[in-house]
Amino acid sequence: MKLKGRKITKGKARGVALVSKKPLSFLGGVDPKTGIVKDVESDIRGESIKDKILVFPRGKGSTVGSYVLYQLKKNGVAPKAIIVEEAETIVATGAIIAEIPMVDKVDISKIKSGQVVEVDADEGEVVIEE
Amino acid sequence: MYLTKEEELILAGEYGYALQKAMEILVALGEIYGADRLIPIKSAQVAGVSYKNIGDAGIEFLRDFVNSGAKVSVYTTLNPAGIGDEFFMEKQREILELYKAMGIEITSTCTPYYGANLPKFGDHIAWSESSAVIFANSIIGARTNREGGPSSLAAAIVGKTPNYGLHLEENRKATVIVEVNAKLKDFADYSFLGYYLGKALKNDIPYFKNLKPEKTDYLKELGASMAATGSIALYHVEGETPEYRHAIADKLEKIEVDERELEEVREKFNAEWGEIDAIVIGCPHASIQEVKEVAEILKMRGKPLKVPLLITASRAVKALSDVLGYTDVIERYNGKIIADSCLIVSPVEKWYRGIATNSGKASFYFSSAGLKVRLENTEKLLLEAP
Repeated sequence: MKLKGRKITKGKARGVALVSKKPLSFLGGVDPKTGIVKDVESDIRGESIKDKILVFPRGKGSTVGSYVLYQLKKNGVAPKAIIVEEAETIVATGAIIAEIPMVDKVDISKIKSGQVVEVDADEGEVVIEE
Repeated sequence: MYLTKEEELILAGEYGYALQKAMEILVALGEIYGADRLIPIKSAQVAGVSYKNIGDAGIEFLRDFVNSGAKVSVYTTLNPAGIGDEFFMEKQREILELYKAMGIEITSTCTPYYGANLPKFGDHIAWSESSAVIFANSIIGARTNREGGPSSLAAAIVGKTPNYGLHLEENRKATVIVEVNAKLKDFADYSFLGYYLGKALKNDIPYFKNLKPEKTDYLKELGASMAATGSIALYHVEGETPEYRHAIADKLEKIEVDERELEEVREKFNAEWGEIDAIVIGCPHASIQEVKEVAEILKMRGKPLKVPLLITASRAVKALSDVLGYTDVIERYNGKIIADSCLIVSPVEKWYRGIATNSGKASFYFSSAGLKVRLENTEKLLLEAP
């Protein structure tokens, strides 16, 4: 299945989807050393975002969250790509400085955790492999 | 979004990594929020200074950015730093050095307009720090969105910001009328009003009727409190603020604020003096008039405070207070002026159980950090404190 979205940052990636239905705060919400989600309000708490195609509605919390994405990347525990419903400043800025491919305006209800997903951010496209 | 040839070249990396990344951020934000182009800015105010906030993640990013040649291209000032133990202060110094290496004035205050960075009416600026944003938009009539640390830094480096939101005349109109029936007489009353309205209105643009603030400081606190409990970035006050005459375009919903609403906030923050370990004044950073008022009240009090008083202010105001003799008076009564730092962005929860303050913004953040809070007017605080 192919989903159409909008490019936020460039690049391509293929990996296993990790889907959250809740907005995600990176500052305090994700451990920058391990990539494990700590946000108590998150439905993917305890999961690692390392090398995943991370799917969630939108970012929330402090704008410092952008720097956490950068640190995740430097520590080798960043997601391979980010798919959101609605991009906002925190995650978009973080994806740019961390050079993580990112698309928004995607119907994320179509994606399930564990599915293999291919993201072509340049084209704003997401393909869910059967 | 339209880009000039020069902007395209920056985006393509012709001018190096730092400018390219900064431009990528501005272009992405412009696309997300529907800007037609980038516009030049007169100044930037950058948040993300305290080690408590940005941590090692921020330091790492700033260091790489500096090493790749990041330099600001417009006048840029900084948000307050944090204070902590030796390890913390070492990290804090490193952060300030990194910002300095980018050509930023390391003034470190949430009230740049009381010193180093005062915009004029109509100026486009890219400021972070929600209390400074709402002051610049509402009281000065300059134009800025509520930037985050990284986006204001990107704007400072490129010298431009995407043209959307509050940069556009049509988005600066009021969205709700606030009729103030309560009689506001002092600083704390404006804290109560701001605290209440931020929660009630979220991200509206309020138009106040019946508000006759005696001092600029009162409007500063009103805005800071609304911007803390909500995400308000602009308000108008009939007969007072520079854009009120053209602020009402359509028929608007009206809400009324009576004594009862203010009382609700007062009752929320009524910790006993026995639970209070410090009195904090200067959130946002105190003006010289606020510092003078404190010195005069302390003289009226006549005996030193048992609970220590901490006044946070910009270095500019602290220097003025030193010269004018207020610092001496304050220190005689067990008070201290802390320059260019902020307790909210310091690990206060490790030091204090409770705080007494005159600030609605400080009350919001200290209570979020788990501290007990007593919110009262300056005079009452300093005369009744043990």
